[in-house]
Amino acid sequence: MRVVAEKLNFYYDRKSKNKVRALADVDLVIPEGSFFGIIGHTGSGKSTFIQHIDALIPVQEGKLVVGNYDISKGKKADKKMLKELRSKTGIVFQYPEYQLFAETIYQDVAFGFKNFNKDATDEEVKNAVYGALALVGLDASVAARSPFELSGGQKRRVAIAGVIVSKPEILILDEPVAGLDPLGKKELMTLLHAIHERYVKTIVIVSHDMDEVAENCTDVAVFSEGRVVMTGTPQEVFSRAEELEKLRLDVPVTAKLTAALKGCGVNVATNYTMDDFVSKVAEIYKSGR
Amino acid sequence: MLGDVTFGQYYNAKSFLHKTDPRTKLLLLIAYIVAVFLAKDFLSLATVLAFLIIAIIFSSVPLLSVLKSIKAIFVIIVFTFVLNVLFHVKQEGETVYFWVVTKEGLLSASFLSARLILLVTGSSLLTLTTTPVNLTDGIESLLKPLALIKFPVHDLALVMSIALRFIPTLANETDRIISAQKARGADFESGNVFARIKALIPVLIPLIVSALRRADELGDAMDARCYSGSKQRTKYKKLTFTFRDVLATLFTAALIAGVVILNGCNIAVLA
Repeated sequence: MRVVAEKLNFYYDRKSKNKVRALADVDLVIPEGSFFGIIGHTGSGKSTFIQHIDALIPVQEGKLVVGNYDISKGKKADKKMLKELRSKTGIVFQYPEYQLFAETIYQDVAFGFKNFNKDATDEEVKNAVYGALALVGLDASVAARSPFELSGGQKRRVAIAGVIVSKPEILILDEPVAGLDPLGKKELMTLLHAIHERYVKTIVIVSHDMDEVAENCTDVAVFSEGRVVMTGTPQEVFSRAEELEKLRLDVPVTAKLTAALKGCGVNVATNYTMDDFVSKVAEIYKSGR
Repeated sequence: MLGDVTFGQYYNAKSFLHKTDPRTKLLLLIAYIVAVFLAKDFLSLATVLAFLIIAIIFSSVPLLSVLKSIKAIFVIIVFTFVLNVLFHVKQEGETVYFWVVTKEGLLSASFLSARLILLVTGSSLLTLTTTPVNLTDGIESLLKPLALIKFPVHDLALVMSIALRFIPTLANETDRIISAQKARGADFESGNVFARIKALIPVLIPLIVSALRRADELGDAMDARCYSGSKQRTKYKKLTFTFRDVLATLFTAALIAGVVILNGCNIAVLA
């Protein structure tokens, strides 16, 4: 699903004197089929924005269209439409393992599916649950166990399964790899790519880790103090390393190295993923310059 | 959503009442409550109200913030009012307005409601002008004599301050879990009472789990820094009485005297 936001504004404590402007005239298009990265500091409005997409926060000012659902200010959003929208947009919050509640993993994963498909047969629920567990790389044998018995990384997979079980068309993940070890991070990102390829058309990840975004995303938006300050492909965004540093945002290692090499008179045309950067540098090295 | 839990919420300012010693404020609050219950008629209750208004002025807390505390017990007030009107025992010569509703019934119901409102706003003034840390320091200091009979005063104070400290954290957490379950299609707004209570299970269980986890982590962190509530433990900020405490005490004494005298007056008038 395509997401289009125009002049989106949001204030926390809007009625009070010390209201906080969390979103300031946000104009953003998340194209269908993209693996979209949203980057920015804590408090830059990233999380507020993604909660708008799922209509968890009602729009205060501006336009917001998610797929065929117009949830702009002034549009009537009835319960049925919201439920439909929420079934088509999956959102995985930060540390999703803390939202597990059911006695067994099966029940927890089935929760979302049953909520959105009230008259599903047991067979359908079963298929959906085992399908989702397989997608996140968990063995069907864990289904009968308690979610609280699992390790942190596995719990997170269960939580993700609990969201993708309702077959969303867009999957939004807030800091999906926060708190995982490097191997766990890599595994989870590989998993998200597999889900992106086979299952959910559009994936949005929120992150403050530049390397992660450079490695994985097809499109990037940079949030700063509630505004979208840059959008484009990682290549376009990270080639503006100086501007990013002015916003006190980090740049990927590859971008730092590219800038350093440029200083020595070596121009590397890379898309800032580590593999591409290494092979481009190797090429230049071999060509004898 | 749960961000507006006013009870126990501190309003940051530097007023007379903010600078008053928490122990004084605690004791004077008790005196104030006694005054509210001593007041036998509207006139003496009005004296208490005047006292409260002056206290609010000296606290520089906006009136709206003080009144917010009424919102929390609004249902109780309405309940008390209605019950008192309906179950007022009718006596000879009372004016009946309608059905069982009498003038005297309405008056006594209003009196009780007014008493409740005064109680709550007065108490909330304490929490609005005293930080939770100061408040527990005050309570600890006031309860110190109990240590003589081996009562764990310090531990109790610690438990209280930790509990207060975690209210906003858990409120945030609740908000987040509610959002997460809503995103998974949970419905908290429709259905009958039982359906709604059942709908809360996916919120309550993660909340309890996370509260226990936080307690564990906090315990570990305290152990790691060798925390112990032993006698050698000193305080960074010592509580001291100043002229403010004397003034506040005198003023409250005046209130109680006023209420008692007015009570006496009215009885004399009636007789």
